[in-house]
Amino acid sequence: MSAMRSTADVQPALLSIENIYLLIGFVVLFLVIKTLQDKHHPKRLTTALFWGLFGSVFLFGDLSLTYLGESLTYRWVGVFVILIAVLAGMGKVSMGHYDIPSEEEQTASATRIGNRLFIPAVLIPIVTVICTIVLKDIQIGGLFVFDQSHVTLAALTLACTIALLVSWKFTGGSPVQALGESRRLVDSIGWAAILPQMLAMLGGVFIVSNTGTAIQDLVTLFVSPDNRFMLVVIYCVGMALFTMVMGNAFAAFPVMTAGIAVPFLIQGHGASAAPLVAIGMYSGYCGTLMTPMAANFNIVPAALLDLKDKYQVIKVQIPTALSLLAINILLMYGVIFND
Amino acid sequence: MSELNFLPLSGILVVILGFALRFNPLLVVTCAGIVTGWAVDLDFLTMLETFGEKFLNSRQLASFLLLLPVIAILERYGLQQHAKSWIASIKGATTARIMSVYFVVRECSAALGLINLAGQPQTVRPLLAPMALGAASNLHGELPKPVRDLISAHAAACDNIAVFFGEDIFIAFGAVLLMDAFLRENGITGIEPLHIGLWAIPTAIAALIVHLFRLARLEAKIRAQVALHAEQSQSDAQSPVTREELA
Repeated sequence: MSAMRSTADVQPALLSIENIYLLIGFVVLFLVIKTLQDKHHPKRLTTALFWGLFGSVFLFGDLSLTYLGESLTYRWVGVFVILIAVLAGMGKVSMGHYDIPSEEEQTASATRIGNRLFIPAVLIPIVTVICTIVLKDIQIGGLFVFDQSHVTLAALTLACTIALLVSWKFTGGSPVQALGESRRLVDSIGWAAILPQMLAMLGGVFIVSNTGTAIQDLVTLFVSPDNRFMLVVIYCVGMALFTMVMGNAFAAFPVMTAGIAVPFLIQGHGASAAPLVAIGMYSGYCGTLMTPMAANFNIVPAALLDLKDKYQVIKVQIPTALSLLAINILLMYGVIFND
Repeated sequence: MSELNFLPLSGILVVILGFALRFNPLLVVTCAGIVTGWAVDLDFLTMLETFGEKFLNSRQLASFLLLLPVIAILERYGLQQHAKSWIASIKGATTARIMSVYFVVRECSAALGLINLAGQPQTVRPLLAPMALGAASNLHGELPKPVRDLISAHAAACDNIAVFFGEDIFIAFGAVLLMDAFLRENGITGIEPLHIGLWAIPTAIAALIVHLFRLARLEAKIRAQVALHAEQSQSDAQSPVTREELA
């Protein structure tokens, strides 16, 4: 579910994952300073503290792992995480005050710069994909440019840097100014930026606590092993529901598949495994479309797009998600049984 | 044999209750973790270490923060305005058509493994949503806030649905590898990632059909909502019959 820290085959790289985390840490630190300088911010100190705690996990996390060891590092990060949650829970994190040029000024510069405004935005995906596919193992002086176990992330980092420089050339707005401007976006996303990591953490606690086994036990109470159609329904709906709780189909998949699909459908009724797991995973994705826990997909965009209703993206997705869940159930029932 | 232990599920209950009562999700999730740990007698330091370990090891999830400076600076210099006026210069570009083309391109490219070609911060906010809004205001003039929100939410949904149901076709994608590894671990052999990818295709096609159908109907919905809003703001003394016809 989460990336494993492998110590065996770490090859040094220019854009290593540690350096990328440091970079993110510096970006967040810059935002914290900007927040502290924002005299009209209604919750200046607590908002700065919130992001400061978050940023320090990126700035000092790897250093601390090296010098303080795993156990101590995990503990202070754990404490910081709880503080972050308390600050957000008490409503101490908010938007600040930003200098936004008027609509007329924006339109005027849009007319001046024209289609060149699109170029940096389009460069990000193109550079990322080219680096991921073609340039992934280039080296400079024997040093890999991209972290070999996080090529996409390293490529994305390079692409953002290039796009930032190209934007500077076309708009005249420097990277430092760009960082300052991004505070508006980061603040509008707010706590939702951190939710995915919190969920990974909850998933970890669930694994340690054997929550998966308890769910299997619970589900098997409702299963009658002979009714094929109901088994399919329970597997698909169970995938969707558990994904909604966890915000991630990958977390639900092993639990529901080991609990229902393998014993009852594959071993019990000889179902074909390939369509079973493929369609089962997609049933989980239907759940992803319907849950606020999948913050990156459902809540962050609502903030980015300035929607009045934070749940509107979910509401728009529900009809498609439910239709596809029904289709998945029928499709699975139709194709997995061979007799 | 049936020694059922449901204490580990207490965290799930906290999640559901916390969301129902509209507490801040960060607080809800952290409390769910603490409650679960407490319910299964995990000692506090072990729990703290689990929190810290998982939070540290999932830092890559915050990498989208690196995209925001680029988007922010382009927006300051009028990216959204330019996206709108650019789309206005293309004849026949409607909200539904723009989103349908985006959906098809996004799903097909995801199926080919180009998952990072687009996304919420990098394409939906700066490009797709303004273009869809631009096309609608071309047709209907100034759009009321509820209609703008409807279109923007559809733009976000369009990206999510297209990428989710495209990506599992690509055999080197994490989900496919996860399923493959799971089957191996459970002693089910003879399945290749390619089989799993192939069986993702029917649902991917169903997603395409269902969502394009919904997008095709979006245009009429926008028209109705704009008309309804215009009528409401024009005068409250309109006959209720017309309003019902429009709704």
